[in-house]
Amino acid sequence: MEFLYDFGYVLLGTCRDVLPIILLITIFQLFVLRQPIPYLRRVIVGAVYVIVGLALFLAGLEKALFPLGKIMASQLSDPAFIYGAGEMVTQADWKAYGWVYLFAAMIGFATTIAEPSLIAVAFKANEVSAGTISSWGLRITVAFGVAFGISLGTFRIVTGTPLYLYILVGYMVVIAQTLFAPKSIIALAYDSGGVTTSTVTVPLVAALGLGLATTVPGRNPALDGFGLIAFASLFPIITVMGYAQIMHWRTKRKR
Amino acid sequence: MIISLIFKKLVQALKDLSPIILVIAFFQIVVLKQPLPQMGEVLFGALLVVAGLTLFVQGLEMGLFPIGEAMAHALARKGSLFWLLCFAFALGFSTTVAEPALIAVAAEAADIASQGGLIESSQESQQQYAFGLRMSVAFSVGLAILIGVMRIIRGWPIHYLIIGGYAVVMLMTIIAPKEIIGIAYDAGGVTTSTITVPLVAALGVGLASTIRGRSPLVDGFGLIAFASLLPMIFVMGYGLIVFG
Repeated sequence: MEFLYDFGYVLLGTCRDVLPIILLITIFQLFVLRQPIPYLRRVIVGAVYVIVGLALFLAGLEKALFPLGKIMASQLSDPAFIYGAGEMVTQADWKAYGWVYLFAAMIGFATTIAEPSLIAVAFKANEVSAGTISSWGLRITVAFGVAFGISLGTFRIVTGTPLYLYILVGYMVVIAQTLFAPKSIIALAYDSGGVTTSTVTVPLVAALGLGLATTVPGRNPALDGFGLIAFASLFPIITVMGYAQIMHWRTKRKR
Repeated sequence: MIISLIFKKLVQALKDLSPIILVIAFFQIVVLKQPLPQMGEVLFGALLVVAGLTLFVQGLEMGLFPIGEAMAHALARKGSLFWLLCFAFALGFSTTVAEPALIAVAAEAADIASQGGLIESSQESQQQYAFGLRMSVAFSVGLAILIGVMRIIRGWPIHYLIIGGYAVVMLMTIIAPKEIIGIAYDAGGVTTSTITVPLVAALGVGLASTIRGRSPLVDGFGLIAFASLLPMIFVMGYGLIVFG
């Protein structure tokens, strides 16, 4: 019974998210385009699938994985776990946080693989490229980027180094890669930065960032807790372009 | 036939989800050395996630992609640049302004700003600040989709726009108050929701495949990239105006 209530709540939230889109499309169809939508029935059924599917997905995550993941994030960043119980720590030692970096990388990878918006973009990319870009290949490449990004982001929080320095270097790398990467991949690579962080990744990653910023000595959650999402959107651009470059060189050498 | 199709989709969804389950189980059992709590609940939740993902992907192919492409085709055929740009802006603005993730981030940002003494700590001024933040993000996403659509029509190369945008982000980082920088960088990531992304992708690809001389792969993608870049600039700009 309680579950039905939770599910209803999530479903209502999803409907509210979709409402502006439905309104917009209806207004444009009625007043601007004045044309019937092709296969209207199929489209409506599909839209219902999307709404119900997403609500089930979110309700399930909130029931099963988010609570556990959030508890884990706070346990792993707890000084009692990292330095041993009873130790008084005033200065953070970045070498002691090995498990945190590993957890960050693995949870970043795993949540990205399950991210529905990335599934959508990978599907489209596969269709548009007539199969040359494999849907799984793109998702795994992006997931590696997110894994590296979030891991580096936790390292930044632990060491307290300024966010903008990392972002600046990341941008430089992206710009340099853009000059050499095959043209056909550039737009898709930029896009894959934006889609990685939504329903699955953000709640877990935000919990990890705020947990670390609160427990690491000398960090201020207000200043250091943010920024992990920025890392998770920057590094997939680098890995996707890097992968495309490697594939490009390989096919060139074969000839 | 239908059953085997559903089965295939379910297996796919299970494959998508298995890494999360493995990672959480590994850390819980091997690293933290604790049993998995409430196994029944967790399994039930995982079942829901798999069923949900299966439905979502099925719905994408049936509903969201076709409607996005149909709108793109219809608007391109109508030939009115004005209405196309209106649609692009409205799509970005309306889907972002009520986005729960953005509302949460804006409220948190207002809290931080008042703690840092940047705005008055009264509830009214906090609400005003959060509202302004939300509006600037929603406006910037609308503008981003508009610019992205313009780019597809005109065939501008994407990298000049994005690199130019990066340069602006870096310049603004230097002058913006440091309390807003982390939020600004994250704002880019939270704007694009799971339902907006497929629709926007279908719109871009649909436009690029309708307009002569555009390639769907080279020109069709990139709308989401703008939607994650522009909010950073606008949020830092908002910080400069409010605090400066």
